[in-house]
Amino acid sequence: MSLLSVRGLTRDFDGLRAVDGVDLDIAEGEVRALIGPNGAGKTTLVGMIAGRIAPSGGRVTFDGRDITRLPAHRRMRLGMAYTFQITSIFPGLTVAENVTLAARRRVRGAVLGAAVTEALARVGLGPRADQVAGDLAYGHQRLLEIAMGLAQRPRLLILDEPTQGLAEGEIAAFETLIRDLAQETTILLIEHNMAVVMALAHRITVMAQGRVLAEGTPAGIHANRAVQAAYLGGGDAAD
Amino acid sequence: MEFGPHLMLATLEGAVTAAVLALTAAGLSLVFGVMRVVNIAHGEFFMLGAVLAWGVTQAVAGPWGYALALLVAPLLAGALAVAADVTILKRLSYDPERTIVATIGLLYILQQLTLMTYGPEARPVVAPFDARIALPWVEHGAEGWRLTWPWGLGTTVWKLTVIGAAVAVLAALWLFMARTRAGLVMRATQADREMATAFGVPVERVYALTFGLGAALAALAAVLIVPIQQAHYLMGADPLLLSFIVVIIGGLGSLPGTLVAAVLIGLSDGIISVFFSPTLAKILATLLVALVLVFRPQGLFGKRAA
Repeated sequence: MSLLSVRGLTRDFDGLRAVDGVDLDIAEGEVRALIGPNGAGKTTLVGMIAGRIAPSGGRVTFDGRDITRLPAHRRMRLGMAYTFQITSIFPGLTVAENVTLAARRRVRGAVLGAAVTEALARVGLGPRADQVAGDLAYGHQRLLEIAMGLAQRPRLLILDEPTQGLAEGEIAAFETLIRDLAQETTILLIEHNMAVVMALAHRITVMAQGRVLAEGTPAGIHANRAVQAAYLGGGDAAD
Repeated sequence: MEFGPHLMLATLEGAVTAAVLALTAAGLSLVFGVMRVVNIAHGEFFMLGAVLAWGVTQAVAGPWGYALALLVAPLLAGALAVAADVTILKRLSYDPERTIVATIGLLYILQQLTLMTYGPEARPVVAPFDARIALPWVEHGAEGWRLTWPWGLGTTVWKLTVIGAAVAVLAALWLFMARTRAGLVMRATQADREMATAFGVPVERVYALTFGLGAALAALAAVLIVPIQQAHYLMGADPLLLSFIVVIIGGLGSLPGTLVAAVLIGLSDGIISVFFSPTLAKILATLLVALVLVFRPQGLFGKRAA
């Protein structure tokens, strides 16, 4: 049975249909990549899955439960963690305080400190626990974001363009981290970097103009002509 | 009295003003910082603290009555503020302009209800303990430096207690904000309400408790000062004005800035009032606010809005 199931999800913005009747099923343990050209509706779709945007129509089911009307923080309690496209940390707080905020719903009391240390160690930010988050380098802020997602010990981790702005070496480390995380959680990855997508995803969903254009394995998507056309000649998608 | 001892006396008076002001303004600053609500009714929670202290000390005589007032007055004022938050501010979605109008309304409701029940009299509350202490002064005479006890140079134990208590409460407030999980949640809400919601912070509950805590701090300040000042239904106006002056100079929402500004304004108010006139002290404080607003609108310690 799929962990996340989306049926006919639709969203209009002042007459413009940003997402148009999308169906999506993600199995437990899967790493799913969501790709598509700019303006394809990826972020809107994920916003509706995470509960940050109210859908105009359709249904979202998480772990067999209809969550279409649940607010974002209730979905979080069910085991959904979401990192935003723009870096979403509290820049004025320390690294450890940021992770504490993310973890406090799941664990309480003395265990909380241990959970924070563990999540920071996972992404390699342990030595920077007491730094003010806003002073971190950009790549480290993205890692902090992932640590904040991890600290919630989510069943579904949604990462919105996590490699954006990262250096080559940082991307390699990120790939290792995601492979490691995929052992214990389901991941939905919105990503522009095709090399990362091809390396990590079990399955890929391609969106264009608010609809699902294609869905399949990395090899299948790579060979798909419609996908190549959507990326204006296909050069980008094949890279 | 010589100039030196006179200045010392004025400084002590100013320190008492500064201590009470720091507590009151910390409450106002906290509410603005976390909720972005400008609470015009803040002075009325101060007044309620004093009036409730009178009520409690009437019901229970002696030092225990006062100790009870220290506990009950902030709690009741805080509970009332929580109720006002849930029934009024929450329904306005914490809209900055509409909450100003709503808290103006709250100001008059609290003031008039107090007038209708407590009455127009100013009533004293007796301090649980007090004694006058004379203070020494160092003087250079014919036979070198010597200690003198100028007539009129002295203070009371209670005034020193007020200063000490205010420092202790502010230290506790700082520890609460910096070291506890509830404080962390409040700082997160202050930094970014929407993101705090995304991380499961129950923002509305945080708002209600913040509004309650702000009112409780004002009420506590009033319980401390009421043995010196007397309780009166109009006594909230001055603390409100001075708190706003302090919070604007210190930087809206910045707790350290609020404390520094409270000491600055409290001391200058004390000293200028003694040597010149209280009116001049208010004029200069208001002028300082105008200068800060023109040259450093974010306040001495505030961060510029992004």
